[in-house]
Amino acid sequence: MKRVALALCLWVAPVWAVQPDEVLDDPLLEERARALSDGLRCPVCRNESIDESNAGISRDLRILLRERLVAGDTDAEALQFLVDRYGDYILLNPKVEGANILLWLAAPLMLILAGGVAFVTVRGRSSAPAPEQLSEAEQRKLDDILKS
Amino acid sequence: MITEIGHFALILAALVGVAQMVMPLVGAHRGWRGWMAMADPAATVQFLLVAASFAALTYAFVVSDFSLKLVVANSHSDKPMLYKVTGVWGNHEGSMLLWLLILVLFGACASWFGGNLPDSLRARVLGVQAAVSVAFYAFILFTSNPFERLDFPPFDGRDLNPLLQDPGLAFHPPFLYLGYVGLSMSFSFAIAALLEGRVDAAWGRWVRPWTLAAWLFLTVGIALGSWWAYYELGWGGFWFWDPVENASFMPWLLAAALLHSAIVVEKRESLKAWTILLAILAFGFSLLGTFIVRSGVLTSVHAFANDPERGMFILMILAVFTGGGLLLFALRASAMEAKGVFGSVSRETALVANNVLLAVSSFVVFVGTIWPLVIELASTNARWTFGSTQFANPFYTVGLFDRPEQVSVGPPFFDAAFTPFFVALSLILPIGAVLAWKRGSLAKAVKPMVPVAILAIALGALAFAMQTGRSALGPIGVVLGAWVVGGAMMDLWLRTGRGDIRGRLGRLRRLPRADWGKATAHAGMGITVFAVAALLAWEDEDIRVANVGDRWDVGVHEIELAGVRDVRGPNFIGQGADIIVYRNGREVGHIFPEKRFYPVAQMPTTEAGIRNGVVRDVYVTLGDPQEGGGWAVRTYIKPFANWIWGGSILMAIGGVISLTDRRLRVAVGAAKPKPKTPAVPAE
Repeated sequence: MKRVALALCLWVAPVWAVQPDEVLDDPLLEERARALSDGLRCPVCRNESIDESNAGISRDLRILLRERLVAGDTDAEALQFLVDRYGDYILLNPKVEGANILLWLAAPLMLILAGGVAFVTVRGRSSAPAPEQLSEAEQRKLDDILKS
Repeated sequence: MITEIGHFALILAALVGVAQMVMPLVGAHRGWRGWMAMADPAATVQFLLVAASFAALTYAFVVSDFSLKLVVANSHSDKPMLYKVTGVWGNHEGSMLLWLLILVLFGACASWFGGNLPDSLRARVLGVQAAVSVAFYAFILFTSNPFERLDFPPFDGRDLNPLLQDPGLAFHPPFLYLGYVGLSMSFSFAIAALLEGRVDAAWGRWVRPWTLAAWLFLTVGIALGSWWAYYELGWGGFWFWDPVENASFMPWLLAAALLHSAIVVEKRESLKAWTILLAILAFGFSLLGTFIVRSGVLTSVHAFANDPERGMFILMILAVFTGGGLLLFALRASAMEAKGVFGSVSRETALVANNVLLAVSSFVVFVGTIWPLVIELASTNARWTFGSTQFANPFYTVGLFDRPEQVSVGPPFFDAAFTPFFVALSLILPIGAVLAWKRGSLAKAVKPMVPVAILAIALGALAFAMQTGRSALGPIGVVLGAWVVGGAMMDLWLRTGRGDIRGRLGRLRRLPRADWGKATAHAGMGITVFAVAALLAWEDEDIRVANVGDRWDVGVHEIELAGVRDVRGPNFIGQGADIIVYRNGREVGHIFPEKRFYPVAQMPTTEAGIRNGVVRDVYVTLGDPQEGGGWAVRTYIKPFANWIWGGSILMAIGGVISLTDRRLRVAVGAAKPKPKTPAVPAE
């Protein structure tokens, strides 16, 4: 299956990321379409958004997305329309829900944990007794050396 | 014949590796000097044998020996000589042999330049290094043998993926591998220190140059890869948060952290256990990167090996070395008693903050990279099977999943989750870099930085006023970049002490190279941070159908399509456009973008035409001819693009300058051997 996907991606006649004939006349609408298609994954490629992908299906998705926008969908509605048909898989920005909450919380949680450990370490180091203190015997020896 | 010699040399090297793994470690444990001493010649012999094996494979590629399976699959007699040679590592088997070659090269270097290490430490370092190499000998010989022959050799080969036929990419893997594998030295030193049960300032000084070298090679490798993507993939992207890119970025972040924490070990004898842990994790991430690339579990444009058996093998190597290292760490770390005491405001604390930010950001990249795999594994089956036992998938039980799910984690996530760490890092860097060791004063560190901060904010305000649009990204990039670069320069200036300008300028020249290296690398980071923000914020784009003779505006430039002609290369055919760039009505240059087709590989590629400038690149790609006549043409204006790689290279140069510092040279070379510690541990 993966091989088929790769072949689809690379061996189709050189279609090309966004084509001139796809571009919408309304620059505001087009800008929205570009921003949205940047966050949508080409379903048959390896880690490419439909905005940069050369695959035929990405072209279809780009055109579909623009049709929805022209029909008056909001950004959220247009995205939902595509997710309903292709699944969460096409969202390059995973939704903050279900198991993905853990993904989004990973950074803050880890930062708090690491920050806490660092705080305790620094506190411990700053209150630890200084080991540089020489013992009495060492001090006497040092004095002897310095005197001589 | 030569192929068989290469194959045989590799098997011999594996046997030497086994001996070098066992004898020095046993010898160091028992205090048998003879057994320890065999590590040095063995390391050299391993290197020579693997080098011979690699040379044999290279020879097969150079003469296009199509009786070799690997050459057939990845070469073609028409391919330019440069790519015949670089094709050796443009495939799975060959690149693993290069990995191994670099691994044994590092081992040999540790033996050649490690004359000042205590004998037992050197023996253990080389023993651990050999253990890593044995794992990879087994991997190559049993699952990825590059010397496999074909019974019926074909007349010609199937050619190398044309995307890889490029000078930027040809040298990207060797640098990356020098970095990945260089971290094996830090790992070996960490394990050897745990075995010795001792970490002191000298250890910190020995491990630092190796980490620094690995980090700077990784920096160059990553920069080369990003530069290649920029001009080769045809839309001017430079970083995609692709799993394979992340695989090199995670060890880079940890190596940067390790670099800084090893300074604390060397100067203050603190953070020892943490430094050891970082060294183990950094190499663990290198192995993980190798696993990600080689197994193809996280599919991306880079993976050329989709073979579960190989994946399992590397996963086992990863488990043994990282797991074993961490286990040893858990058992022995408590013996690493910290000596240095420092106040909560001190250089040490600043470096701890640096380490927290770098390590956590690396962890974030890690989680984001493996998340799709985690979700898929956790959600695919309603019941899990282990051998003959079956039980309900706990995630289904708690209602987290009710069907197999797939998610993608792409650039939007990484941009949001990763960027804050580098913003924070940039903010604390200039202050932390000038804080005093042991017990510093925040007021003293902040005071000289006030003018730098004022300058940075003024530049940011200027950028905000000059830009079209209200985006904050560009100005913030300017502020951060100027703050870090200015801070680095102020750091150098403060190092010259007090007195009149002449005296300080004189002292500036005589500052230790380490100070210059530090300032250069920090400034490089500031430049890269600025350039990334500037490019993303101020890019211009134009897509259109153009007829020959058409002229149109993009940003401050005018672009004209002057002509399209057919082109023909040694192994490709295609079309090339002649594009004229005008500025204020005056012609400033020509650009020649191409559209190529490689018939043997059956693959089209886009060769972007780029007019490089100091402040901006003009970037044009040629698309398909349109039905109603004319050509699809995309034009981009990429501001400050070159500064991204300029900054990265500056970071690497900073590393090189630091490496040439006398203190580290003494540590690497054997100029001044330290008083020998008793070579026989009392065990």
